[in-house]
Amino acid sequence: MQEARPFWTLARREALAGGLFVAPQLAGVLVFVLAPLALVFWYSLHEWNVLANTFEFTGAQNYQDLLQDATLPPVLAASAVFAAGLVVFNLSLALLLAVLLNQKLVGITAFRTLFFSPVVVSLVAWTIVWGFLLQANGGINGVLKLAGIEGPNWLRMPATAMASVIVVQVFKNVGLNMILLLAALQGVPRELYEAARIDGASAWRQFRRITLPMISPTILLTSVITVVGALQVFAQIAVLTQGGPGHSTTVLVYYLYQQTFQFHRFGYGSTLAIVLFAIVALLTLAQWQLRKRFVFHEQS
Amino acid sequence: MQGRLSPRTQAALYGLMCLLLVPFVFPTWWMVTSSVKPISEIFAFPPQLWPAHADFSSYQQVFKLQPFARQYWNSAWIAAVVTLGTLGVASMAGYAFARIRFPGANALFVVVLTGLLIPSEVTIVPLFQMFRALGLVNTHWPLVLIPIFGAPCVFATFIMRQFYITLPAELEEAARVDGLGRFKIFRTIALPLARPALASVAIFTFLHSWNLYLEPIVFLSTPTLFTLPQALTQFTDAYGGPMWNIQLAAATLTALPVLLVFVVAQKQFIEGLAHTGLKG
Repeated sequence: MQEARPFWTLARREALAGGLFVAPQLAGVLVFVLAPLALVFWYSLHEWNVLANTFEFTGAQNYQDLLQDATLPPVLAASAVFAAGLVVFNLSLALLLAVLLNQKLVGITAFRTLFFSPVVVSLVAWTIVWGFLLQANGGINGVLKLAGIEGPNWLRMPATAMASVIVVQVFKNVGLNMILLLAALQGVPRELYEAARIDGASAWRQFRRITLPMISPTILLTSVITVVGALQVFAQIAVLTQGGPGHSTTVLVYYLYQQTFQFHRFGYGSTLAIVLFAIVALLTLAQWQLRKRFVFHEQS
Repeated sequence: MQGRLSPRTQAALYGLMCLLLVPFVFPTWWMVTSSVKPISEIFAFPPQLWPAHADFSSYQQVFKLQPFARQYWNSAWIAAVVTLGTLGVASMAGYAFARIRFPGANALFVVVLTGLLIPSEVTIVPLFQMFRALGLVNTHWPLVLIPIFGAPCVFATFIMRQFYITLPAELEEAARVDGLGRFKIFRTIALPLARPALASVAIFTFLHSWNLYLEPIVFLSTPTLFTLPQALTQFTDAYGGPMWNIQLAAATLTALPVLLVFVVAQKQFIEGLAHTGLKG
C-alpha cells in the first residue's frame, strides 16, 4: 500500500497558479489574435459583400484578383517608399540626436524633453497641425515666402506628398528611437573610449569602431519597431492626404481600409490583410536572420 | 565624446540643437497660438508667431459644434480602463512566464508572442465581424476589450516578463518558506517591486489608447460615442473643408493635457520608455 499523499503537491499548486495567471492573456490571444487570423484567411477565400448580403466560397479568386489589381503595385510601392524613407530618415536623425543629447552640456535635459515632446502630443492633433502648415497658403510656405521662395502645395503634388507624410511621421516619433539609442549609448563602457584615445583613434573612428558595434542590438531593435510601425500607418494618411494625389500615398493599410469599409469588399480586404501579414512576417524573419549575422554580441 | 568640450564646440552644439528643435517644437507652438487667433490672422502674411488679438471664440465653437466634452470623457475613461486592465493582465501573465515553472509554459509563451507578430490591422475585418455578431458594433466594448486582451497587451506582457526575470529568487523563497501562496507572493512582493515596469507599461498603454484612430472609425458611427482623434477631424464646413481655427482649438485641447503631464513627469516618461526597449 502506498502512503496517502496530499493531492495539492507543490508542483500541482504551481501548475494551477501558472495556469490561472496566464489564463486571461492566453484566452485574449486566442479570441482576439489567433481566431481572427484564422478567420481572415477563411474570409479571403470568399466573395463577401456586406451591402448585398452575399457570402460565397470562391476559392483562390481573391488571390487571382490581387495579381490583376492594377492598384496593388502602386500601393505596395507607396508602402515600400514610406517604410524605407521612414527608417532611413528616422534612424539617422535619432542617432544624430542621441549622440548630441549624450554630451555633457548644461540644460541637456531640457533639450531631451523638447525633442521628445511630439511623442506625447496626440497623433491626430499633430497631423492636423502639419496639415495646416503644409497647405498652399500655410505656415511653411509663409516662411519660405519670406525667403523669396514660392512653395508648392505640398500635399497635393505626387512628388511632395509622400515626402511630407514621411517628414510629419518622423518628427512625431523620432523621440522614441532617440531615447532608446540614448539609453544604449549610456550603456557603452567608458574604458573602451579611453583605451581608444590612448591608441590615438579619432572621434569618428571611435564612433565607427566602438559606438556603432556596441549599440547595434538597439539599432536593430529600433529598425524593427520602425519598419513594422511604418507598415501599420493609417491615421496620418487618412488625415493628411486620403491616399492621394492619385495613389501616391495609398499605403497598404489605407487601401485595406478603403476596400473593406468604404467599398464593402470584406473578402478582398481580407486578402489584403493576408498580404500585410505575409510582409510583416517575412520582414521579422529577415531581421532575425540579420541579427545573427551583423549584430555585435558581448561575451555574455 | 567624453571629457570637457571647448566653449566653441559647446556653442556650436547648442546652435545645432536649437536649429534641429524647430520642427519638433514649432508645430505645437503654432497649434496653441493659432487656436486663439481670429481666422483672418491665421493666414496672415508674414506669419504671426504671437496672436495680436487673442480670440477664444473658437474654443466655444468646439463645444457647440460637437458633443466635445462627451467625446473627451469617452477617450479618457477608455484610456483609463484599458491602462488598468492591461496592467492587470500583463503583470499576471508576465509574472507567471518569468517565475512560475509549470508544464507547457514555454509553448504557451510562444503562442502569446504571436501577438507581437500580427498587427491589429491584419485582424480588423474578422474582429469587426465578431463584434457585429455580438451586437457590440457602435459601442465602446471593442475599444476596451481588444487592447486589454489582444495584440497590444502582448507587448506589455513581454515587458513585464523581462522585468520579473531580473528579480532575485531569494526574495520569494523566504516568503515561500513562510507558507505564502503564489498569489500572495505576487501581490505583496513581486508587484510592488515592479513599479518602474508598471509605470512604463501604463505610459505607453495610455498613449496608445489615446491615439487610437483606425479602430474608433471602424467601430463607431454615433458622434456622442466618438473618441477624440476621431472627433478632431469632424470640424468641417459645409463643403467638407476643415474649419482651421476650430480644429486647432480642439487639437490643442486634446494635446495639451498629456503634454502638461509629460512636462511635470518627464523623467518618469523618458526613463520608463527607455526601460521598455533596453532588453529587447
